[in-house]
Amino acid sequence: MFLLLKYTLLYAVVLMLVALGGMFSERSGVINIALEGIMAIGGLAGILVLAIFGGTLSPAALVVLSILASAVAGMIYSLLLGFSAITLKADQTIGGTALNMLATAAAVVIVKAYNNAASGGNGAASSKLSYSNNAFIFTAGPLTYNIFLIIGIVLLVVSYVFLYKTKYGLRLRSCGEHPQAADSVGINVYQWRYIGVMISGFLGGLGGFAYIVPSVSIWNFEVGVTGFGFLALAVMIFGQWKPFRIAAAAVFFAIFKSLANIADATALSNLHLSQNIYNMMPFIASMIILALTSKNSQAPKAEGIPYDKGAR
Amino acid sequence: MNKKKVNFFSKKVDFSSGIVSVLASLICIAVGLVVGLVILYCINAEQAIDGFTRIVKGGFFMMPKGLGSVLAQTAPLIMTGLSVAFAFKTGLFNIGAAGQYTVGALGALYFALVLHAPWWVCLLAAMLFGALWGAIPGLFKAYFNVNEVITAIMFNWIGLYAVNEIIYKGVIGDMYDLKTTKTYTLRSVSPQSVIPDMGLNNIFKTKSTTIAIFIAIAIAIIVYIVINKTTFGYELKACGHNKDAAKYAGINDKKNIVLSMTIAGALSGIGAGLYYLSGVAEWNPQVSTALPAMGFNGIPVALLALSNPIGVIFAALFVSHITVGGGYLPTKYFQPEIADVIIAVIIYLCAFVMLFKGFVMNAIASKKKNEPNANAEAGASKTGAKGNGKGADA
Repeated sequence: MFLLLKYTLLYAVVLMLVALGGMFSERSGVINIALEGIMAIGGLAGILVLAIFGGTLSPAALVVLSILASAVAGMIYSLLLGFSAITLKADQTIGGTALNMLATAAAVVIVKAYNNAASGGNGAASSKLSYSNNAFIFTAGPLTYNIFLIIGIVLLVVSYVFLYKTKYGLRLRSCGEHPQAADSVGINVYQWRYIGVMISGFLGGLGGFAYIVPSVSIWNFEVGVTGFGFLALAVMIFGQWKPFRIAAAAVFFAIFKSLANIADATALSNLHLSQNIYNMMPFIASMIILALTSKNSQAPKAEGIPYDKGAR
Repeated sequence: MNKKKVNFFSKKVDFSSGIVSVLASLICIAVGLVVGLVILYCINAEQAIDGFTRIVKGGFFMMPKGLGSVLAQTAPLIMTGLSVAFAFKTGLFNIGAAGQYTVGALGALYFALVLHAPWWVCLLAAMLFGALWGAIPGLFKAYFNVNEVITAIMFNWIGLYAVNEIIYKGVIGDMYDLKTTKTYTLRSVSPQSVIPDMGLNNIFKTKSTTIAIFIAIAIAIIVYIVINKTTFGYELKACGHNKDAAKYAGINDKKNIVLSMTIAGALSGIGAGLYYLSGVAEWNPQVSTALPAMGFNGIPVALLALSNPIGVIFAALFVSHITVGGGYLPTKYFQPEIADVIIAVIIYLCAFVMLFKGFVMNAIASKKKNEPNANAEAGASKTGAKGNGKGADA
């Protein structure tokens, strides 16, 4: 039971962070399929910081630095999506797909090159990095938590306040609902869409790091982030593009994902359902919800449509 | 490119459209290769030229074996490329080729390893399984109005987990070899299920170069004829160009969406059949976290080919050429995944280089009344970039 709670908290935070990221991008009018890739790049940046400065910095500085590195890397990577989707008005889905493929391939190349250089260039071609994650984890009562739980809750509240209680949030949302109307009252649609995409890169990169670091101390970058970016996309739709609903959806999805993890080790194994079945469940659940709710979907009206000043 | 019926421009413009299309694809490829060269330089400047030569030479680097494996890789890639391209024609983005490929692989392997059926039966089974998985996003799109990209992504993962479960647990028959942690080798368990090679393996000194490549090329030609020369193809294209106008003209758009996705799925399924029934590799259900790259690589193939079925053949040849070339990089200095980076960069560029093509075409056709940016209009469909390219063709 504790194990289930532990994994659920771990995954829920990750899914929530990334889905919130997706929400900001889509609320500004840009479909972000590249979340998976952004997570991989963010995770890579954070872990490279851990691997390089592992012995030299104090734990606290290391935690701050690596978290910042992952978020900033995600943000920079998301600019590629912004550039093609906003500035060049390219197809957002194709651009996002390309970025997903690029992220996994680039991460493997970088890690292998790093390992090769670290071993003195003898051709060590492992795509794995190992690191210490002690500084991220603390124990309270019977459970171990990781620092991302706190960060996640803070960012959830900040997201809500930003989106619904500030004029900036209103501007961002207006660009996703009716960019022409937003433009007519002097809001720079391109600028706000860039901001939306960059926030999503920030949260996505952070989420990727939060996914990899607390659970294991070695990561094989060949698998990217194992489809978590796509799962987060489902969480976002499930949560109907609203922060607190996203948080609830994230917990719901995380439970299934955790069941998959502990299925073989606990009393659940009596059910004889394997990992694959549990892994499938959140996807099936989201398809059912999508089919039932698509008629009154809360999706931003203008998402996926490149904004063109000339078009009225 | 597109013939007759939808040809509003003069022949001259149509001709230059073809040239600009090819040029646009070549620009993508060139920039992608330059990026690859830069990466090689960053990793190891001394060996960069040698590495680059190996990538560019591709299969020709190690004759004749390399060429044989390029051909073996190309056959399934043509199919997944056709799958994505076919859906593009109807204005749909089939990101689910990977899932359809996975389920198609199950069909092929089940009929081969459990039922020991002859190869063409296995291939048909792969087609049916893939078609089934392709129909699902079509049905969701047509009847629940759920974006096909989202459905396809979800069903990619559902398909992957389901197939792994079925193969690993032996739900419908024993396919999993504990010793190799993969499915049984086709050649040893069911030789009649292997696609015949007609002596190609001897020519190329490989084990898995079969007539799959010819089957794939034949199917590409069939798809070309269906899209360009039949009423059915015309209806599909009409739906892709303008769904509302097609509906107004009495075309059943829902039926066409489902049919288009089903056919796209069938094409992906055949791709998996061609790959696994040639014995190129065995399915490994333990690697349960990665969808087959062959499915996703159908996307760059279709984009590079501008969704032209004949172009798909050459685009697929190019992509597998580069991938095989990446495999020949000396691992002491470089990583074979650099080839994947190049391909990913090419798709990224494809997403908007087609727009430049649109601008060029607009400039050529400027004597026609200047239309507003076609992308803003077509943006509602999922294929803004593609729609623009086609808009320029039409």
